[in-house]
Amino acid sequence: MHLGKLFLNASLNFDWGDKMEQLIQQFVNGVSLGSIYALIALGYTMVYGIIKLINFAHGDIYMIGAYIGFALTTFLHVGFFPALIISMLLCALLGVLIEKVAYKPVRNSTRIAALITAISVSLFLEYGMMYFVKAETRTFPELLPNKQISILNTNAVLDIKNLYIIFVTISLMLILQYIIYKTKVGKSMRAVSLDRDAAQLMGIDMNKTISYTFAIGSALAGAAGVLVGTYYNSINPLMGVVPGLKAFVAAVIGGIGIIPGAVLGGFFLGMTETMVSAFGGSLYKDAVAFAVLILVLLAKPNGLLGRNIKEKV
Amino acid sequence: MLELQNLNVYYGAIHALRNVNLKINQGEIVTLIGANGAGKTTTLRTISGIEKAKTGKILYNGQGLDSYSASHIVKLGISHVPEGRRVFSTMSVFENLEMGAFTRNDKSQIKKDLENVFSLFPRLLERKDQYAGTLSGGEQQMLAIGRALLSRPKLLLLDEPSMGLAPIIVKEIFAIIKDINKNGTTILLVEQNANMALQCANRAYIIKNGEIDIEGDAKDLMNDENVKNAYLGG
Ligand SMILES: Nc1ncnc2c1ncn2[C@@H]1O[C@H](COP(=O)(O)OP(=O)(O)OP(=O)(O)O)[C@@H](O)[C@H]1O
Ligand SMILES: [Mg+2]
Repeated sequence: MHLGKLFLNASLNFDWGDKMEQLIQQFVNGVSLGSIYALIALGYTMVYGIIKLINFAHGDIYMIGAYIGFALTTFLHVGFFPALIISMLLCALLGVLIEKVAYKPVRNSTRIAALITAISVSLFLEYGMMYFVKAETRTFPELLPNKQISILNTNAVLDIKNLYIIFVTISLMLILQYIIYKTKVGKSMRAVSLDRDAAQLMGIDMNKTISYTFAIGSALAGAAGVLVGTYYNSINPLMGVVPGLKAFVAAVIGGIGIIPGAVLGGFFLGMTETMVSAFGGSLYKDAVAFAVLILVLLAKPNGLLGRNIKEKV
Repeated sequence: MLELQNLNVYYGAIHALRNVNLKINQGEIVTLIGANGAGKTTTLRTISGIEKAKTGKILYNGQGLDSYSASHIVKLGISHVPEGRRVFSTMSVFENLEMGAFTRNDKSQIKKDLENVFSLFPRLLERKDQYAGTLSGGEQQMLAIGRALLSRPKLLLLDEPSMGLAPIIVKEIFAIIKDINKNGTTILLVEQNANMALQCANRAYIIKNGEIDIEGDAKDLMNDENVKNAYLGG
């Protein structure tokens, strides 16, 4: 996977001497990787919070976001920020469309029916894209300044692209925070995730709220796709599978359905993986990710930020 | 104002409401009482549009409600305080009240209505920044009622507001229900506490196994031997 490049850098960097510089550098890498996981995990957790569905097609929206970014920048020569925004908008539309076409009809069916639908949508997007754009890996044009700066006058260097990833992620999270706590749309999303029936009794329209949730979650995944495309330069139709799974793990680690949990879980996982790779364990980083998941769930079955709510009798 | 005509509601194979007929006139307090599992909550949920009737009609001021979503029914002026209060536990008291005004856009009027709710329930004002989940049962019930009032209902549906509360709080809540009614809101009150409910209401329906068993003036039912034996503890 492309995210692997980060780990490769990480393990090579390790022999360079000063531990402190290593640590700073790995920290930045960990934050960047964590940002990507967090952006994708947010969509998982928001959708789960509203309709209790694990949207397995979510990682594929991230992939399509990357392709939209690729098409815009390669064929239409659009710049980084416009490509990011357009890709987010189109992914939002796609997310809403998928919900209406595939998930809405099974909304009142069993959870297993909904889960199977989600897996089908995922496969459909992956192999549908393979048909249209071919399986080969595509190379993103260089959109961001290819500059490295040294950190605090040490030998640790920082790819300026890291700063873009972190800046975009933090901005999007602030916007999300604003939407969720200050706008009517956000309040209706919180109300539905707390108590669906009570929310309807307030006059909240379920269909609208679900659509907004898919739109926002998918837009964040689209942003992650464009960020990864520009950072690692290469994309392919199956690029969403592993990061999608990892982001799901991140969401569960943080506490699925809990928005700050997705962010925490994303950064936690990104940081853990980066550190494992940095200290020579890049082969085991996936195993470590899942081991962390299992350990967290053993200690806190509802995730790091989850509360143990007893079922009412 | 509201009329249920031959309403039949099912949960899968369970026939929860059987040919229910019920009528509420403007300005009344009507109570619907019955044992556990009789179908009281189902009746309210069907009026609010959360459950859908298989057959039968719900007329609200002559207009059929069947095709409307739950959110639209709130806009038409029917507000429902659900069983078990169902406040939004990790929202503040103030935010909960704001959610009650979700369908409205008249900011200045909402502000006035908020003040009214706070004067009706001064304890909510003291606790307005606290998470709703940290309130006591009685306070949560007050919040649930206050929240429902913020949609400016013409008809208020209350599902067991006395459930799990100390007698003194129950009295307080019933006094407030009467006040709300005096201020012009029609009320359908579901209760298991038949004594209190009959004292408070104008008319009453008794539901048994999904069917309306007895109906009449609240005063008459209070003195009815059958009702006394079955529902008022003899
Ligand atoms: N979601 C549901 N699925 C299946 N059956 C249900 C459901 N909700 C209620 N029922 C059944 O429908 C019948 C009526 O239930 P309802 O909740 O309306 O009773 P109630 O009069 O409100 O009882 P209580 O006083 O205990 O609140 C009961 O037999 C109940 O088991
Ligand atoms: Mg009930």
